[in-house]
Amino acid sequence: MWQRWRERFIEKTIAASGMFSIIVVILIFLFLLKEGLALFRTVPMTDFLGGDRWYPISEPPRFGVLPLILGSCVVTLGAIVLAVPVSIASALFISEIAAGWAKDALKTGIELLAAIPSVVLGFLGMAVLAPWIKYLFQLPTGLTALTGSIILALMAMPTIVSITEDALAAVPRGYREAALALGATRWQMMSRVLLPAARPGILAAVMLGIGRVIGETMAVMMVTGNAAVIPRSVLQPVRTMTATIAAEMGEAVRGSDHYFALFAIGIVLFAISFLLNAAADLFLHQERH
Amino acid sequence: MVSEAPAAVTMAAQQWSVWYGTVQALKSVTLDIRSREILGVIGPANSGKTSFLRSLNRMNDMNPAFRYEGKIALDRQDIYRELDGQTVRRRVGIVFALPLPLPMSIRENILYGPRLRGERNRARLEELVERSLKAASLWEEVRDRLDSSAMKLSGGQQQRLCIARTLAMEPDVVLFDEPCSGLDPISTAKVEETMVQLKAHYTLVLVTNNTKQAARVSDRVAFFLMGELIELGSTEVMFTAPRDRRTNDYITGRFG
Repeated sequence: MWQRWRERFIEKTIAASGMFSIIVVILIFLFLLKEGLALFRTVPMTDFLGGDRWYPISEPPRFGVLPLILGSCVVTLGAIVLAVPVSIASALFISEIAAGWAKDALKTGIELLAAIPSVVLGFLGMAVLAPWIKYLFQLPTGLTALTGSIILALMAMPTIVSITEDALAAVPRGYREAALALGATRWQMMSRVLLPAARPGILAAVMLGIGRVIGETMAVMMVTGNAAVIPRSVLQPVRTMTATIAAEMGEAVRGSDHYFALFAIGIVLFAISFLLNAAADLFLHQERH
Repeated sequence: MVSEAPAAVTMAAQQWSVWYGTVQALKSVTLDIRSREILGVIGPANSGKTSFLRSLNRMNDMNPAFRYEGKIALDRQDIYRELDGQTVRRRVGIVFALPLPLPMSIRENILYGPRLRGERNRARLEELVERSLKAASLWEEVRDRLDSSAMKLSGGQQQRLCIARTLAMEPDVVLFDEPCSGLDPISTAKVEETMVQLKAHYTLVLVTNNTKQAARVSDRVAFFLMGELIELGSTEVMFTAPRDRRTNDYITGRFG
């Protein structure tokens, strides 16, 4: 009797812990919606999503979020373009070519890269990378979208490498042998059999990498220059959605349009992250079948 | 054996030894494989028969612990010293124990090897698909669905597709590594029939755990035990009057 009661208690506790995270997500989303949607009582949604000027404290204020969305997109896209080829190559090297200590050292190194706090990377970007970029391209400032992309690429790499490596490891050993037995060189085996077979997993890895990058705040805020203008080139300062929220939340008057606008940006970010995660899930799911 | 007319030697192992790390898998094996014969290789588990087979087309190269001594020749060329791995594997095809079609269509599976080799001529590729599938006795069953996924075929069909895929490479020698171990008796019979037909054009080596299969399809049989070649002879002699007592014990089922 006592034992059965105990079993039920443990079961329920575990179930409650499982539900907890879902409830928290729902609550966060509801709170975001409540605070963010309040903006549209005074500012039309088209002005918010389509406006090209973000002047939240001028008179009258302008809440055009387009420069921020584009800022995030440019930095993210740049980071992905830089990170994906390098990450896939290094995953291939770790899973197919490196053996023994080289493999272990690389895996540990990649994990360590993930463990570096983003503020430290931001600091390096500011102190080392930005001056180089300024000098290299002869710019008035080294704090540009490109600087952000490079730093963020470093942050996305561990995620992409380790998930890609898992996807490669999940490809049956027999495929490799079959391809080699048909006279493929190692590279032909990798490019024509291994990568296509691991493609769903690799796409999921890229999606999760994008998710990691688009949500990053501290490092980008430190290195992108934070100019809220529609970017025309990667060599110009941009401002991302995350950096805007982080920088302005402290100053915005609670209950003001500015405050609500920052929450509305949060909704946009949440929606993007949600879509990316859903896409990654879809790819991973596809892989299992 | 003496009465047989000497056929052209296609492959030859001379004092061939193999180690994986510190474990010796083959001990100084010397063995000729004749042109257009089926050489059956039998022996219990760990006898080295699969190591021997994989030595013949350098499939062991990917194993970092693999080490060898001795020589294996393909038409007098040393495959480990004079040829590179891809060239050897293009000339000496292998069919694995488990049917492993690549995750693509039937047609693409067949054309994978020829395309790697650089064949681009469409008519020639089409012809290769038909000819290889016919040679593997699979053409009639799949001719209407060449573009559907190879993963949808039955186990026996997949194995014959793997044979066809190997033949499309136009190899000189085809190795079979227990090709029927995962198949039902009817599929097994079809694969065996295919092998016997292939003998007209190819040299075949068949590693099998099924001594009866070796008796049914091979011309000569080699018996391996604990990494050594114990006895090699025509199938008839091996199964009726083996010289070595251990061969007799194995084929009569006293161990293994």
